[in-house]
Amino acid sequence: MSATNPAPSGEPLDFSELQRMAGEILGVDADRVQLDVSFARDLAADSLDLVELIMAIEDRYQVSLPPERLEGMRKVGDLWEFLQEQHGAA
Amino acid sequence: MTGSDGTGVRVAITGMGLVTPVGTGVEAVWESLSQGRSGIGRITQFDTTGYPTQIAGEVRDFEPELYMDRKTARHVARYCQLGLAAARMAVEDSGLRPSTMDPDAVGVVLSSGAGGMEEIERGHRMLLERGVSRISPFTAPMMITDIAAGLVAIELQAGGPNYAVVSACASSGHAIADGFEVIRRGDAVAMIAGGAEASLTPLMIGAFCQLSAMSRRNQDPTAASRPFDMGRDGFVMSEGAAVLVLEEMGHAVSRGARIWGEVLGAGASADMYHFTAPDPEGRGAARAMRAALRKARLAPADVDYVNAHGTSTQLGDIAETLAIHQVLGERARTVPVSSTKSMTGHLLGAAGAIEAAACVLAMDRGLLPPTINLEDQDPQCDLDYVPNQARPADVRVSLSNSFGFGGHNASLVLGRGTSTNAKGA
Repeated sequence: MSATNPAPSGEPLDFSELQRMAGEILGVDADRVQLDVSFARDLAADSLDLVELIMAIEDRYQVSLPPERLEGMRKVGDLWEFLQEQHGAA
Repeated sequence: MTGSDGTGVRVAITGMGLVTPVGTGVEAVWESLSQGRSGIGRITQFDTTGYPTQIAGEVRDFEPELYMDRKTARHVARYCQLGLAAARMAVEDSGLRPSTMDPDAVGVVLSSGAGGMEEIERGHRMLLERGVSRISPFTAPMMITDIAAGLVAIELQAGGPNYAVVSACASSGHAIADGFEVIRRGDAVAMIAGGAEASLTPLMIGAFCQLSAMSRRNQDPTAASRPFDMGRDGFVMSEGAAVLVLEEMGHAVSRGARIWGEVLGAGASADMYHFTAPDPEGRGAARAMRAALRKARLAPADVDYVNAHGTSTQLGDIAETLAIHQVLGERARTVPVSSTKSMTGHLLGAAGAIEAAACVLAMDRGLLPPTINLEDQDPQCDLDYVPNQARPADVRVSLSNSFGFGGHNASLVLGRGTSTNAKGA
């Protein structure tokens, strides 16, 4: 629930920052947060944990994740892909 | 000691866990209480500028991750962190391992007066500042007052009866009373019972300031909680947790557990008088004490020590004094009565449990914890309050009082254990 400052626009996305945020919120070491890792199976994240993580990411990157996209967020890579899409569109 | 009534079931106290402003762990707390050391200081948890009261009893240097993993610590309010810490200590102290027992064998009654107050405030701030979509999905489970009991069940794998009893500052007195009854009626072998409170927040402190209920002795915090003293100007709010392991006596004895003490009786009543003020004649409080003695099948003459609710408010101290007179009669003037709130401050929903522990330790060590800051005794408070210095005493039966807003009264009768450290006082 820590407030994060929005990333300045134009700044490249930094995967290590996503790792750090997810690690903090999901209570795991940041280096366990890898693209092919499952939120539920590998990081023991339940749906509430994911909502909290998404809220932090929305705040940080000034994006909005539609609920239908949330359904498909099974792996860290899904989330990273979404962020890259949004970043490219900005 | 035969204390129980017709059921024949006796309830031992086999474990204690304490996280308080006067120390963490039984020995640290006892050292403070026996030496008359106050745990009150300036509030550091938020900026108190503009608050008439700027002092409280904080649990300092608490590290939740010693008692739970990082993720759990993030997802529970501070009162739950303190409560789980105290419960772990108590269960470890008892030697019970609930995870290896029948899931119905060990239950939890862990109370709080206010619950996750800081999470209510945080969630509300997010709602007002940023809208409904920014309220954390964890706000609901973090703020509710019963969740500490659920958390302890999950973490310690204790699957028996599980709930919180809420009665403001009497909550954990009632929790211990309920744990005692659950065992007596055969619904569990052991109960993890007590209270946890952590509501030193801007709204809570502010709200109690507006009630003019709290001491404003900001320049002299350790002298602020002064029950029965003419100079008292209100209670001092504290945070902390206290948990006892209650266990069916036969079970405790058969496994060779240390018997810290025994719950002999419990009584409850309502003042029927006012939301916040006590009945000035103390009639409801007296009925609770009598009911507890009746259940314990003991007479007023059997009471060796009273741990008073004694919050350091003008009205409360006098009303309780009158109530003790009504119950103990002639003996009231000679039975020692002390308020450990003079040192701990008022742990609200955890007060009854820390004070039950203080009684157990007083009996175990043969030493009465004092009422500190008692320099100019209120003539309307005319009992022996064990002023300022601990006093050796042979205590077999203690009475512990807890009274809450709403006029809730809880009294416990506690007996000495079999593993006493008292030195033949």
